[in-house]
Parts: sequence; structure tokens; C-alpha cells
Amino acid sequence: MTTRQFGARLLVFLIVIWAAASLIFILPHLAPGRNPVRERLIQQAAGGGGRALGIEATIAAFERDFGLDKPLWRQYLVFMGNTAKLDFGTSLALYPTKVTTLIWQALPWTLGLVGVSTLLAFGLGSLAGALLAWPGVPRFVQFLFPPLMVMSAVPYFLLGIGLLFIFAFKWSWFPIGGGSPLSSYPEWTIEYIWQITYHAVLPSASIVLSGIGFWALGMRGMMVSIANEDYITLAEMRGLKPRRIFMQYGLRNALLPQVTALGLALGFIVSGIILVEFIFRYPGIGSLLFRAISAFDYFLIYGVVFILIVGIALSTLLLDLVYPLLDPRIRHGKD
Amino acid sequence: MAEIALKVRDLAVHFDTRVGTVRAVDGVDFDLFVGEKLGLVGESGSGKTTLALAIMRMIKSPGRVDKGSILLGDLDLLSMTNTEMRELRSSEISMVPQGAMNALNPVRKVGAQIIDGLMDHGRGGDKESMKSAVQDLLEQVDLDGEISDRYPHQLSGGMQQRVTIAMAISLGPKVIIADEPTSALDVVVQRNVMDTFERVQAATGTSVILVGHDMGLMAQFNDRIAVMYAGRIVEIAPVEEIFARPQHPYSKLLVSSLPHTRNKEVMKGIPGLPPSLVETINGCPFNPRCPYVMDKCLTQKPPQKETENNTKFACHLPIGSLS
Amino acid sequence: MNVFRYLPTDNLRLSIGLLLILGLVAFWVLGGIFIDLDDANPISGAPSQAPSMKYWLGTDAQGRQMLPLMVAGVPITLRIGLIAGGLGVIAGTTLGFTAGYFRGWIDTVIRSASDVVLTIPALAVLVVVASTLSSGGLSANSMALIVALLSWMWPTRTIRAQVLSMRERSFVDMARLSGMGNYEIIVRELLPNLFPYLVASFVAAVAAAILAAIGLEALGLGPQNDPTLGMTIYWSMFYGAVLSGWWWWYAPPIVVLVWIFVALYMTSSGLDSWANPKLRRT
Repeated sequence: MTTRQFGARLLVFLIVIWAAASLIFILPHLAPGRNPVRERLIQQAAGGGGRALGIEATIAAFERDFGLDKPLWRQYLVFMGNTAKLDFGTSLALYPTKVTTLIWQALPWTLGLVGVSTLLAFGLGSLAGALLAWPGVPRFVQFLFPPLMVMSAVPYFLLGIGLLFIFAFKWSWFPIGGGSPLSSYPEWTIEYIWQITYHAVLPSASIVLSGIGFWALGMRGMMVSIANEDYITLAEMRGLKPRRIFMQYGLRNALLPQVTALGLALGFIVSGIILVEFIFRYPGIGSLLFRAISAFDYFLIYGVVFILIVGIALSTLLLDLVYPLLDPRIRHGKD
Repeated sequence: MAEIALKVRDLAVHFDTRVGTVRAVDGVDFDLFVGEKLGLVGESGSGKTTLALAIMRMIKSPGRVDKGSILLGDLDLLSMTNTEMRELRSSEISMVPQGAMNALNPVRKVGAQIIDGLMDHGRGGDKESMKSAVQDLLEQVDLDGEISDRYPHQLSGGMQQRVTIAMAISLGPKVIIADEPTSALDVVVQRNVMDTFERVQAATGTSVILVGHDMGLMAQFNDRIAVMYAGRIVEIAPVEEIFARPQHPYSKLLVSSLPHTRNKEVMKGIPGLPPSLVETINGCPFNPRCPYVMDKCLTQKPPQKETENNTKFACHLPIGSLS
Repeated sequence: MNVFRYLPTDNLRLSIGLLLILGLVAFWVLGGIFIDLDDANPISGAPSQAPSMKYWLGTDAQGRQMLPLMVAGVPITLRIGLIAGGLGVIAGTTLGFTAGYFRGWIDTVIRSASDVVLTIPALAVLVVVASTLSSGGLSANSMALIVALLSWMWPTRTIRAQVLSMRERSFVDMARLSGMGNYEIIVRELLPNLFPYLVASFVAAVAAAILAAIGLEALGLGPQNDPTLGMTIYWSMFYGAVLSGWWWWYAPPIVVLVWIFVALYMTSSGLDSWANPKLRRT
């Protein structure tokens, strides 16, 4: 990829981030005449209790930091400035913890869950899909097709509830929720790591099972259309070994559009994660978002959403950079 | 008597479709001699590509070989198992495809693709020897050795076609079938590639079947020419004979459709369309378009005849009636 | 009535999908006739009862009867999906068409916009919008509108790709040569050919919209007073139904939702095959 193309791609990334932040800024001001955020904050304060004190201070800080008394464009600049520093203010529900602290605590959990599960689903699914499509594969594999189709239609979190019920409630094979046992201390022991994995099995399983169907079907579709390509025919005419044709002539080419699809699906995957974490009370960004919504923790909501958008934009950017590595036609261009 | 490299007898290839059984190849007999260059000409739909694929045993459902035999030397190709056939492909009989630009794997370097063929037929070796084998092959087809590190999209059409020729000769097969190898290229490049191909053939002594519809190109390259129509070979003759003394009316029309520098007449095409291959053909398949058609032609299958100049043809007309 | 006669026989997926949709509609209609929908309100039955002869699907912790709840919930969820999906497809088709047909800079803008917006996690944004704009929870219709905001991207992409490939094909040139103006070409030549893709996109968009809607609802951002399927799931989680063993609270909405998704997926997949015969396999 040329420097120029990279530069353009980076620019798009920055534009997306900027647009997201601006949208987050604009929204509260869209409600005509009122600032719903401020109202909500006041509502919370009126709710009284121990939170009231913190809320007053927060509202004051909010107005000061965000300069609500200043002209709109000024507020905008302040907001953008703070966002660039990743300073989202303090959480209302958990005052005085800073939003950033909460996010950094929750992020690794989510990254671990999403990362591992998505890779598993993508890898296993693509392989299964490829096998389904390639002639010369045993008949029984074909019977996997309908269940895979059904699984790909079911959203993650519904599957999650089902798994939770069967494997955690009915048969207590797995814990009901959480990321780790309630009384444990995070530390790098085998025991702790085992606990984390143990708790992650069900949430991960819902993502993997639901995702496998989707990736398998996609891959199968690619492989079927590639099987009709001239270079496959020539490979067969040259008497190349079937295994080689499958892997290096078929799969290798089908991988390209499949990876593109991964890039496009990222937004969808993350949306699903939010719900899965909610169901399993898994201590990641998703649960954080949910708690933020319930408490109407304005700053936390916006901080989390912004981070999510940045995360995905970054992943997409990385994927775009990886793509030329996979496809020599893009890497070298036409001579 | 020259040695026979490939013997095809009474070969038929049928396609089972919803509208009926299509007889793409309808009883074909011919011999390919060792070291010979045989051209296979005909209109689109005449069955020439199907015949080529059948010889390679690459006919796939809904097509099937209905009857006949294909003998490569002593080997009965139709009775080989799939694994045996796979091993034969490229090593004993290979194909140069049409349109190389789509026939090469876009994500694999050209040299690696050639080596794939070598390795999958047990001619592998260490990295160095493979590399130099590839360099040799590329040089034989007039390509610079450093091409082997390039990807197909980085090569021109002519270079890509040459790579497929290199692949076809890489294991020293006895027969090469070239299916319109140059029709996707422009005229000048066509000439160059055919020159390369000719030289390679002369150097290796491989028998070649060249499938095509460009009569001029066919004339320049081949020793003998077989004319196909409606799935049958209607005439097969040495190249000079076919042009000077065509015996079958279709061959005559094909030959006379070539522009001549001396002859300033209006160009003639062949009126009419080839017959449907689904319905059974009574008599001679060419009868609707034949300028010499007789009553016999509508009902009786034309007999095989042979002239003293080695022309074999299938027609009701007596030998020499077209001159 | 032999409904089977009307089913596309060579497209298994489409047939199954349509049958499932038919089953759903039957459930809704017949349910509406035979079941008293007031029973879907709180305190219409004893709370937290397991399924029995009296309450066929049991009751939730607030005394709503589950079976009437399901019957009442299906049309609302479907309505949200249809509105949001419909709006999304209309917007997407217009954009995709403009991009594909007129090309040039407008194509670049639309294409880049849709690709970029696609990468945004829809639910996250919807959460923000919903929580900001709603004071006491959204109405079903407002939710539909919000979901529609982010459902135009896929239809735009699909329609644009189709229009691009159709443009290159000769029949457009022929139409132009015979003197048809742009508008006429669009209406008489292109739209009929686009129709299968439009329908397939619509079904897919409805499925995606319902998915987004129940996502919002399950998080508690949906219409607080309407018994949608997603809200039912939310309440069940809120009241700890899993831990309390009240499986009849969340199982029925899940089953109904899975039914809906499988039905829509099969239909859209079958429609894809119809639109593009090369994809056919079953």
C-alpha cells in the first residue's frame, strides 16, 4: 500500500472518530429548548440520598468544564479537547471514580471475550464452510448445513439465555454469571486464570455457536463460486493434488472476501457483545454500558460508546492494512 | 508406419439436460501420431472443446462419456481410476488453456505454481533444484527467469500464456492439447506465442492437438487438420490437402471463407446455423446447409472414405467431386 | 385450502421461510380471536405461576399471563421491524440507486458514507440516541424511527452493486439508443430487474431492525408500557427470572423470536437464491 493510500485511510479513520464525537456532543442539544442531560442530572440529584451531594458537585463541574454558559462553539471545542485527552469526566453512579478508570477496568474483559470468541467462530466457521463446499468431502458433513443455517439466524444473546438456563441453572456445569468468583482477587495465578476461563465459557460459547453458522455459510458461498473459476479448472487439469487445490488454490482465494466480511461485521459483533455481557453479568464494557444506562450516568454512557466506536474504527483500519498482505493484487498493483 | 501416440475410437460425450440429451461429441475416431501437430477446427458448438476435455477425462456432470475408447499408448484412459488419471494429467498428457489470465492462481507466485505441478507428480526436490528447473522452463518459453517471482497480474497476456505453456511441458508429457491458446490475445502477440509454442514442440517432439477456429493460424502451425461439425469429425487430412483439395463440402466452405490477397470476390460466409445436438440427426448433420445436398443425405449416414493423399472424410459425394 | 400449491417448489429455503411466517401470522390472528388480550396486562393472573391447565404458558412476576402476552407482543415487534426495515430499504434503495446510476462524486460520497457508518456498532449508537431522547421510555413508533436511522447501509450497498452491474449490461444501452430518457429507463427497465433484490433486502432489513429493536428493549430502552417481546425479556432479566427458575417467563419470547428470525432468514436467503440463481444449492 502506498503512503498516499495509507494517509487517506488514516484520514478516514480520524474523520469517523471526529464525527462520532461530534454526534455525541450534538445529541443532547437537539432536544429543542431543553438540555435533557442537565434535566436528568437534576432529576438524579432530586432523587436524594447519598448521591445528591456528589451530583451537585458534578453538575457544577459539568457546567464549568463544558462551559454551558458559553456559546455553543466554545462548548464544542472544550468537549473535543477533553475527548481527545480521553477525559470523559466522572461517573455519576460511582462518583468520584473517573469514567476512564471504569473503562480501563472493564475493557480487558471485553477484549478477551470478543477477541477469543470471534477468532474461534471465524476460524472454525470458515473451515467448516470451506469443507461443506468442496466436492470430495464426506457426505455426512452436508447434514451440518441446516443446523448451521438455523444457528446463524439466532442472535447471540438469545442463545446466551438458552445456554445460561441449560448449563448454568438446570445443570450447574458453569457459573451463572460474572467474570470471576465474587470473592477472588485478581492475580496471576493458575487458579485465577482457570476461574476466568471457566466463567468465560458460556458467554464465549454463545458468541461462537451463533457466529460459526454465519461464517460457515459465508465461506461456503465463496468456495462454491471459486470452484467455478478457471484457475481451479486448470489446477485440476494439471493433475495437482486435491488437498493442494483445496488449500492453496481454493481456500486461499476465498479468504480474501471472507476477511472483508469480517471487517464489515465488526460493528454487528460488538453490538452482540453488549447484550451477551448483560445476560451473563460479565464485567466488561457491555455490562458497564448497561449499568450506565440504568443509572442514567451520562458521562459513562458517552465515554463507553465513544471508546466502542474508536475500537471498531481502529480494528477496521488494522484490517484494511492487513488486507494487502493477503492479496498480492492490491499489494503490487498493476504493472 | 508412424507410431500412434493417441488413439480415439467411436468416442461419444453426452450431456443430460432438462431439454434432452445433448450429443456434444457423437462418435469420433482419429489417431494422433507421435510428434505430429493435429489441428481441430470447427464452429462454436461443434464439440471440439468437449472432445479435448473428454480426452483429459475432465468431463463433469451433467456430461458423461457415453461410449468409446481413448488409448494413450497402451493406457486405456477411460478405465483409469481417478487417482491414476490425476497422476497422468500433466505428466503424460497436458493442456494449455484458453485465456491464461483467468487460469492462473492470482494469489500465488508464478514460479510456485509451476513447482506445484512438479511436486505433485513426484518430481520434487530441494529448493535449489526446483528453482533452476523453473528457470529452465521459463527460458524455454522465451521468458526471463526472474518472472518466477511475480504474480500473474503483474504479467502481460502473452507472458501469462507462455507460463501456461511452460506448465504444460514441465513434466515432459507425450501429448499436449492446446485449446485456443491464443484467441484471447491480440494478433501480434498471438504470432509470437505461437512461434514459441512451435519451437517448444519441435524441441521436445511432443504430439500436439491444437483446437481452434482461426483457419489461418491452423494452417501455419499444423501437420494435419481435423474438421468437426455437430460433434463429428467430417474430414481429417494433411494441411496442404485440406486447403488444396477439400473433400467435404463443409471443409471447402471453411477454407474458402479465408480472405485471399489475389481473390477480390465478396467474402462468403456459410449460411444457416449448426443443428441442434439434442434431436437425433438423420443422415448427414450438414444437410440443411450443404450446397451439394442429395436425397441420400437426408436419411443415410455418410460413409467414411479415403483418398490416395491420406484425406479421410465422411460424405456421400464421390472422391474428388469438389475440385 | 391447499397453500402448498403456491409455494415455490424448487426453492426449499424460501418455502420453509414463508411457511414459518404464515405460522406466525396464524398465531397472531388466531390468538387474537380466541384469547382475551386483556390477560396480557399485569395482575390478570396469580404471579409467577408455572405453566398449567389454567395458565397455558404460566404467568410472570407481575401477574401477566404469558400466552396472551406473546400473542399481544408479536404484532408490535413485527410492526417495529416493518416500519424500520421499510424506511431503511426505501432510504437505502434511493441512495444506492443514485450512487450506482449517476456515479461520479456522488457515488464516492454515498459509498464511503455507507461503508464508514457500517463499521459503527449500531447498538451502541442506538443506545445513546435512545437514552438521550427518551425521558420516560420510547414509544414503539419512535423506536422504529430510531432503528431506521441505522438500517439503510446494507440496502444501499446491495442496490448500488446491482445497479452498477445492470448499467453495464446492454439492455440499458439499447434503451438509451431507442430514445428512452433517464427517468423512463429507471422505471421501465431497471426497477423490474431490481425487484428481487429489493424484496430480499427488505426482508433482511426487517430482520436486522427487529434484532436492533429487541437489543434496545432487552437493555431496558424500549417502550415501557408496550408488551413487546424484547421488553418481556428485559423484565424477566430485571426480576432475576433465571435465578428464580421462572423459565416460562423468558423461554416463550425467546422461542417466538427465534421463530421470527429463522423465518426471516430463510425467506431472505431463499429470495437471494431467487434473485441470483448462481447461489442455488438446495
